[in-house]
Amino acid sequence: MYPIVRKEILSASVKLFDLKAPLVAAKAKAGQFFILRSDEKGERIPLTIADFDREQGTITAIFQEIGAGTRLLGQLEAGDAVLDVVGPLGVPSEIERFDGPVVVVGGGVGIAPIYPIARALKEAGNRVVSIIGARNKELLFWEEKMAAVSDELIVCTDDGSYGRKGFVTDALKDFYEANKDLQRVWAIGPMPMMRAIANTTRPMGVHTIVSMNPLMMDGTGMCGACRVLVGGETKFACVDGPEFDGHLVDFDLALKRLTIYRDEEKRALAALEHHHEGGRCGCH
Amino acid sequence: MPCQDPQVRRANFDEVALGYTEEQAVKEAARCIQCKKPKCREGCPVEVLIPDFIKAVAERDFAGAAVKLKEKNALPAICGRVCPQESQCEEKCILGIKSEPVAIGRLERFVADWEMAQGASATEAAPAKGAKVAVIGAGPAGLTCAAELAKLGYAVTVFEALHTAGGVLMYGIPEFRLPKAIVDKEIANLRQLGVELQFNVVIGPSMTVEELMNEQGYAAVFLGTGAGLPNFMGIPGENLCGVFSANEFLTRTNLMKGFRFPEYGTPVKLGRKVAVLGAGNVAMDAARTAVRLGAEEVTIVYRRSDKEMPARAEEIEHAREEGVQFKLLTNPVEIIGDENGWVKAMKCLRYELGEPDASGRRKPVAIPGSEFVMDMDTVIVAIGTGPNPLATKSTAGLELNRRGNIVADEEGRTSIPGVFAGGDIVTGAATVILAMGAGKKAAQAIDAYITAKAAEAAN
Repeated sequence: MYPIVRKEILSASVKLFDLKAPLVAAKAKAGQFFILRSDEKGERIPLTIADFDREQGTITAIFQEIGAGTRLLGQLEAGDAVLDVVGPLGVPSEIERFDGPVVVVGGGVGIAPIYPIARALKEAGNRVVSIIGARNKELLFWEEKMAAVSDELIVCTDDGSYGRKGFVTDALKDFYEANKDLQRVWAIGPMPMMRAIANTTRPMGVHTIVSMNPLMMDGTGMCGACRVLVGGETKFACVDGPEFDGHLVDFDLALKRLTIYRDEEKRALAALEHHHEGGRCGCH
Repeated sequence: MPCQDPQVRRANFDEVALGYTEEQAVKEAARCIQCKKPKCREGCPVEVLIPDFIKAVAERDFAGAAVKLKEKNALPAICGRVCPQESQCEEKCILGIKSEPVAIGRLERFVADWEMAQGASATEAAPAKGAKVAVIGAGPAGLTCAAELAKLGYAVTVFEALHTAGGVLMYGIPEFRLPKAIVDKEIANLRQLGVELQFNVVIGPSMTVEELMNEQGYAAVFLGTGAGLPNFMGIPGENLCGVFSANEFLTRTNLMKGFRFPEYGTPVKLGRKVAVLGAGNVAMDAARTAVRLGAEEVTIVYRRSDKEMPARAEEIEHAREEGVQFKLLTNPVEIIGDENGWVKAMKCLRYELGEPDASGRRKPVAIPGSEFVMDMDTVIVAIGTGPNPLATKSTAGLELNRRGNIVADEEGRTSIPGVFAGGDIVTGAATVILAMGAGKKAAQAIDAYITAKAAEAAN
């Protein structure tokens, strides 16, 4: 068992866990992920390693409650434990020293995985500009943590409830207009956001890395569920990624593949809600 | 052997073959003529004492039969179910020349099940040797290697990437062919022998072979990481929604119990018309699983003829009985999707058989202009698997061949002293029993290696 040593509620649907997982904490690097399973009947859920503490042997996970699996996970409290944690998985981010500014973009829960990348880039001596965004103020988190590892932090909300009003792509465009020596962009967030960022940087000719989050099961290359078409070649996000060249990823296909189990996810949520109503229908 | 009626079993995941009764087993065992030089043993990769255990069955000494059986085979209830006996022990049986060979596999299963029903007695391990060995991968090769080493008195730790032991026995082979409760019992026996199992450890990213040997004090390491990476055809449309590798489809169903969704959290998706590409045992397993999950039409699509199908005859027969159709001498060239990215059809070519190729089988040749379209909403790709590179690429100095398999000798020795390997990671995808045979041989070589090293150190 892997204890939850700390839980933080970042917004109504976004939760943070510090998990005791010494083996993962010992080797974790920016850009990697892990897989957890909350209980015997649970799915294997891939989550990015948002932070790690090698001495305490803990890793930090941030997740949004979307399907039944993450909803159940979100109900666990500090002191509870999850059944399985395996990792670190995936290829770490390639961190190097660049001769100009680098921009990291985190959208929504994508702020969590972009944090260790920003920190690693900063530690490598880069000028790091971070752009974080969410639909509204409520969904933003880790502003201070991001500020601490960035030379400049730009915060956006779609509805203007906090920071700059507008999309992260607009903020990126503006930054590029003033800084044509932009060296590299990392973008993590919902797939439509990553696609929008890639489309923004393509005409700039700035190498852009995105972190794909397709359907996944074992995370070791065995199931092939996480297939992503990159530059016309089939790649497995779990062992070849999760980071890929955003200009080469076939996002249309990737977005379609995310819908494979949409009906089943609805069924699972309905079953969960039904269960939580305490069986008032009398079928229990 | 009695089986569940095909019409009934199409709708359940219970075991298909029901096993012998005591009377049936004794009667079958009595057919064995107890050859002086038993050919059957030569056909068995782990050299099970076949005539001895069959003799005990004929004498109704089932406990004695179990002792003889387990002397050479750590996982008899599994082998009795999934070994290709017809091309191994039973193929060599003298009785088979004139009539039916002795049903060795069914007798093996009978004895193992009988013993399990009695509550199996623990196998004795030798006194502790004071050396530890790490086994990577809890599949058939790793588990057998671990069992042998534990019996020899080594402290064995098995490291497994998944959350449970068994490897392909758990994620690949369906419940109706190998009940998971049987695998669990065999693993419980291993624990009784003192083998420690550590789950959720991926050798490579979580821990390296070097660390195991240099920092954690393991005297030797056995790599049994298997052939787990699914192959795809490389044709247009194979990443469409509704195209699955057999590994994904079977893992969702077997390991994650997708057939009990949403009680279990992992769904498994299937349309009405399912094509399974390939004709090996995995393809049969996938097709028969699709039938049980309620698909209306399940078709095996294979580019050679029925004579070349690599699956066991029994599995093909069971699949046919359950309504699986066979589209032979046919191969897809493109998978066609609808506007939502879902599979809707498959473009195929018809084939004929030409001259024999390197494998000795007649080579399938496409017939020009034979293109046709099959309506389809699910495609399951079961055309083999490659070696998993996570452990091998993180181990400096480990010699690999062109395909990425570990180069190892007959005894499992690799290019690194103290590092041994066996099973599918060495041979490429093969059978459970071959992997077990390799695990067993490697255990003996590991014992010899550690013993020699200790003797060297003492001098």
